[in-house]
Amino acid sequence: MLHRVFALVVKELLAVLKDVKSRMVLVGPPIIQLVVFGYAANYDLNHVPFAVYNEDPSQPSRELVARFEGAPAFQEVARIHSDAEVGPLIDRRQALMVLHIDRRFSRDLLRGSAGHVQLILDGRNSNTALLLMGYANTILSDFDTWWSERHGGPKPPATLDIRARFNENLESRWFIVPGIVALLTQVVTLLVTALSVARERENGTFDQLLVTPMRPIDILLGKSIPGFLIGSVEATFIITAGVLWFGVPLRGGFVALYLGLFLFLLSVIGVGLMVSSLSVTQQQALLGTFLFMVPSIILSGFATPIANMPPMVQYLTYVNPMRYFLIVVRSVFLEGSSTRSLVPQYWPMMIIGFVTLAMAGWLFRRRLY
Amino acid sequence: MNRALIMRLRGLLRKESLQILRDPSSIAIAFVMPVVLLLIFGYGVSLDAKRVPLALVVEQPNRDTASFTAGFFQSPYFVPVRFSTVQEADAAMRARLVDGIVWLRSDFSRRMLSEGNAPIGLIVNGVDANNARLVEGYLQQVWADWLAKFAASQGLTLNMPVQADVRVWFNPAVASTDFLVPGLIAVIMTLTGALLTAMVVAREWERGTMESLLVTPASIHEIILSKLVPYFMLGMGGMILSVAMAVWLFEVPLRGSLWLLMASSSAFLLCALGMGLLISTVSKNQFVAGQIAIIVTFLPAFILSGFVFDIRSMPAAIRLITHIVAARYFVTILQSVFLAGNVWPVVLPNIFALILMAAIFLGLARHSARKSLE
Amino acid sequence: MDAESKTTPASSRKYTDSALRLESVSKSFHAGGRSARALDNISFRARRGIVTGLIGPDGAGKTTLMRLVAGLLSPDQGQIHVLGIDALSEPQRVQSTVGYMPQRFGLYEDLSVQENLDLYADLHAVAQADRHARYADLMRMTGLAPFLNRLAGKLSGGMKQKLGLACSLVGSPPLLLLDEPTVGVDPVSRRELWSIVHRLVEERGATVLLSTAYLDEAERCAEVALMHDGKLLGQDDPAVFTRGLAGRSFHVFGTGISKRALQERLSAAPGVLDAIIQGSRVRVVTEQPVLPTAEQLGEREHGLEITPVAPRFEDSFVSLLKGSVQIAKTPPVRAMTSSATAATSNGSDVIVVSNLSRRFGDFYAVRDVNFTVKSGEIFGLLGANGAGKSTTFRMLCGLLPASEGSLRVAGVDLRRAAAKARERVGYMAQKFSLYGDLSVFENLRFFGAAYGLKGARQRARLGWALEEFELGAYADATSSDLPLGFKQRLALAVALMHEPDILFLDEPTSGVDPLGRRDFWRRINALAERGITIMVTTHFMEEAEYCDRLVIMAQGRILAEGTSEEMRARFRSDALPNPTMEDAFVALIGASENNRAGAAG
Repeated sequence: MLHRVFALVVKELLAVLKDVKSRMVLVGPPIIQLVVFGYAANYDLNHVPFAVYNEDPSQPSRELVARFEGAPAFQEVARIHSDAEVGPLIDRRQALMVLHIDRRFSRDLLRGSAGHVQLILDGRNSNTALLLMGYANTILSDFDTWWSERHGGPKPPATLDIRARFNENLESRWFIVPGIVALLTQVVTLLVTALSVARERENGTFDQLLVTPMRPIDILLGKSIPGFLIGSVEATFIITAGVLWFGVPLRGGFVALYLGLFLFLLSVIGVGLMVSSLSVTQQQALLGTFLFMVPSIILSGFATPIANMPPMVQYLTYVNPMRYFLIVVRSVFLEGSSTRSLVPQYWPMMIIGFVTLAMAGWLFRRRLY
Repeated sequence: MNRALIMRLRGLLRKESLQILRDPSSIAIAFVMPVVLLLIFGYGVSLDAKRVPLALVVEQPNRDTASFTAGFFQSPYFVPVRFSTVQEADAAMRARLVDGIVWLRSDFSRRMLSEGNAPIGLIVNGVDANNARLVEGYLQQVWADWLAKFAASQGLTLNMPVQADVRVWFNPAVASTDFLVPGLIAVIMTLTGALLTAMVVAREWERGTMESLLVTPASIHEIILSKLVPYFMLGMGGMILSVAMAVWLFEVPLRGSLWLLMASSSAFLLCALGMGLLISTVSKNQFVAGQIAIIVTFLPAFILSGFVFDIRSMPAAIRLITHIVAARYFVTILQSVFLAGNVWPVVLPNIFALILMAAIFLGLARHSARKSLE
Repeated sequence: MDAESKTTPASSRKYTDSALRLESVSKSFHAGGRSARALDNISFRARRGIVTGLIGPDGAGKTTLMRLVAGLLSPDQGQIHVLGIDALSEPQRVQSTVGYMPQRFGLYEDLSVQENLDLYADLHAVAQADRHARYADLMRMTGLAPFLNRLAGKLSGGMKQKLGLACSLVGSPPLLLLDEPTVGVDPVSRRELWSIVHRLVEERGATVLLSTAYLDEAERCAEVALMHDGKLLGQDDPAVFTRGLAGRSFHVFGTGISKRALQERLSAAPGVLDAIIQGSRVRVVTEQPVLPTAEQLGEREHGLEITPVAPRFEDSFVSLLKGSVQIAKTPPVRAMTSSATAATSNGSDVIVVSNLSRRFGDFYAVRDVNFTVKSGEIFGLLGANGAGKSTTFRMLCGLLPASEGSLRVAGVDLRRAAAKARERVGYMAQKFSLYGDLSVFENLRFFGAAYGLKGARQRARLGWALEEFELGAYADATSSDLPLGFKQRLALAVALMHEPDILFLDEPTSGVDPLGRRDFWRRINALAERGITIMVTTHFMEEAEYCDRLVIMAQGRILAEGTSEEMRARFRSDALPNPTMEDAFVALIGASENNRAGAAG
């Protein structure tokens, strides 16, 4: 029996690796997506164009403007001198923010009351607007502290001492790159397994396989193992690139990571084989993969937090294996989590894997056409 | 001669329309897919951190600490949970029960009254950097509000030398739905325009019907035109459906004119149809055409269009690539027309870019679709 | 070449009035660094007002030639003139003038019959006023009138072909190009299609160029062009081809020797070009037009009864091919295995099927089928595409559950049987399904392992397969690149790796040229001689002759069961003293339709 399974595994690997098209699927998208996601999918802001509308040419206001200009997030693109100029600048997206310093700014400051500034933000991209607001607030509060120290004003009764754990400099790359491990492993493994049975059905070889003395369990094993091998190699490649190329720290142990990977692959292969045994042609398999993949990526927490979703949608994410594996990779990478603490992520993937594999095995023979 | 041309076009158009009406999958891609995608994105994708679970560790509760923590209970952004030690809070953060910790040490009250500048420890989970930044922003807001209130209660002048008045134009509530949904329309129209058209034309090749169509008096222009018109209508139908959902279901404001929206959508749709036709004449096989369409049109529309990820944050090389992504121009127009209004200086150059790209793609499609099987 | 010199006297007269003229046309296709020559320096003419048949096996270059004529491809070199138009410089004019029916119908399956007709009428700008009469005429010819509102995809294969033909006729083209219009169509529809084509030529004076892989259709053409491997072997009146074989065809009947053993010996005999089984006799084509003696045929111990018969078109094709290709005499098939299983041909029942039905929704693909196959028999399942052969076959192999009835293969139902039981069965799937990306050797090794072969036995069987099927030179070749004939051999080798005693063959010869088919049946005969039970499906009526017994299926039912002789004998009449298998089939279908009409009325 082992001998037969081994022969099937060898055959599957040969079929995938010898076909130019499947080789492309294994090599092309991972590298492109790693580069695109690693570099393009980025929430950090640099050189955001902003304009200064300073109605109070004085030393304090110049100091404040200098602080904005000095921040890496901002880049001054214009100086304007009337209210009427604000509108067009923002409308045309020439500036995403206008820093408007009130005519009485320095007078008020020196008198000890609050100096007024106005920040006008382009809200078309709400995320960018929120981040800009955060950057601006930090600059303003630094200015406050500096001013208070210089002019002996009353100190604030308490100050914020903000620290970020696990990702001290809040680099979104540290968040995105471990996510790519899950994303690409899912895409590649799903495509390899989902097309495997459908391709054989389309070519008529699946009948030939069913007529041999192989049992459904042998076929199931023979079809799953190549997915495990390819998925593991793929994941290892991205993990290595993440650490060595993108400089993301890997703080946890390999056992915790690879146990998660194994269970994740189990569930993805189960889904892939289920899609595959439901479809008659490769095209249907591709469509099925697409239909599973898009919601599973969006509802996994890969790009946006699950916590922000409405409760109904959050329940839906519990059947999504990628949700659990994303937590595993990110925790192992950044938090250095232990195997024990990740048990709540492991068992749901195991259950999803067993259920889908059992259904796939059942569908191999039941499927009528 | 003219009569024959009209007759041929009428025949071809009637055939395409009948096929669309009878093929459930084109209807599904044109109308069901937009609805599903809009629902998934509209509800599933949100960058607005709301109701963030937050650990409060107050080592020695008293009136001063209570006045500070009250702000968290009133804020719509936080769901505070009390912990007695910072170790417990830390464990909760590792278990992903809370996203941040506010830590008031036992000497908070004393230092606040004696020397001022009592430190408030704030620890956020930085794994999701974007979310962490947003949480930090909300925390600063709570802190600033508390300072103002504290100063007023003490009868002091405000301790904050600078008072910032932040105004977010176009989207005062800074809701991510308002910016994601318009961009999503570009992604959906790419799907109908490029993917559906590529698959449909490839299907004609695959089933051999193109071969019999070619050996008739119909010219290649007529065949291309007969494909463009019905799928243009279908794409516009999907667009109107998406706009209706955006406005009525997700309550995204539509500040610009509908007329301008339609005009720019037409330009983009022609672009997408051109890409679809080009892909199908290159591959002539539904399976391959579908794969190419996803890789060269759908994914770029998703990632490189500025729909989620700001193009400005990308490295220069990738920013350069985004210039050949048609969706980039359309997303810019959509976000402006929906949220800002008819901003001609933004709309005009982008529409011009779309028209140029449409002309290039349609021209290339026409060029490569010769009446031949090679 | 010998063939060309024969056609010269006839060709001089037709040059004057040709609708179609090809001058030294060549065409190659390039894919993945390899290039294949589809047409090699072909010069060809088709006369106005007759049916010209383009005849040759799959891959001969027929479709490429059709597409060149239709202006869909351009040749690497040479000239093509269609109705006086240069197809190279003005393809659109050619396309506006001719009627063309591609191999795969070219129908919109999601449009109704009427809508398909309307589309082509619009494309050819047929005036509304003329349409009524035009449609009526087409309906009269094709008999599609009752189905005008049916979707084209819901028509039977034969009706689809008729609709495709009608669509290409809407514009009343002076030249009609039909690419394999009869492939996969049942014999009754085939005859109807031919009568439409003949009526067109007679009533409208149309010119028709028609390609086909069925050699027996050559006799229905006024002129035929024989193609093989991208080359034109000859062009002439079909009678001229067969005339050259006068006195060289014989029936041989042996007493005291099985027909298979006799055929095997005769095909190896000197002076014999071709020997195939026909009913209880062996049909022999000799090199010389002399009545051979038993001694000449290398047969001494058994008495032979030799009678001359009229030559067929296939005889001339085979002799032309053998003459041009110079194939070495194939050696007799060697012993199957060292440990020769020599199964006892005791005539026990190996396959028993009773009251078998298979329903898809409320449609019966197979209805109430009964038959028994005895051990060591070659049992045939004959019928057109869609007759229910493959469904029956799949149920026998355990790939599809039966809705009703029971079936036993070697005493068990393979669907429920333990994996072990399947080791006794070999299976050769339709279209020679193999792993195209794997090499010949890898395919053999994989299927061997799937059947549990390992170690020394696996090595021995691999060696046997490569040698016996002459695949050694191709061992490392990617199997999707193999020529069709070699794919067929590999598929058979795969099915025999584990030495099964029951062999299932699903359409094992479709698309293979006549020589390849002969080679294949030679091997199958040898297997049957050794006691292996063989179950085979085919839509080639003449292959019924190779079967010991067969059933004919149509619309899911069995129409008749017995030997091919018995079936032909049932329809022997004064009008048809020597009916072919196809005649028998057509008569059977007619009888069953009459029965049903009688039952209904």
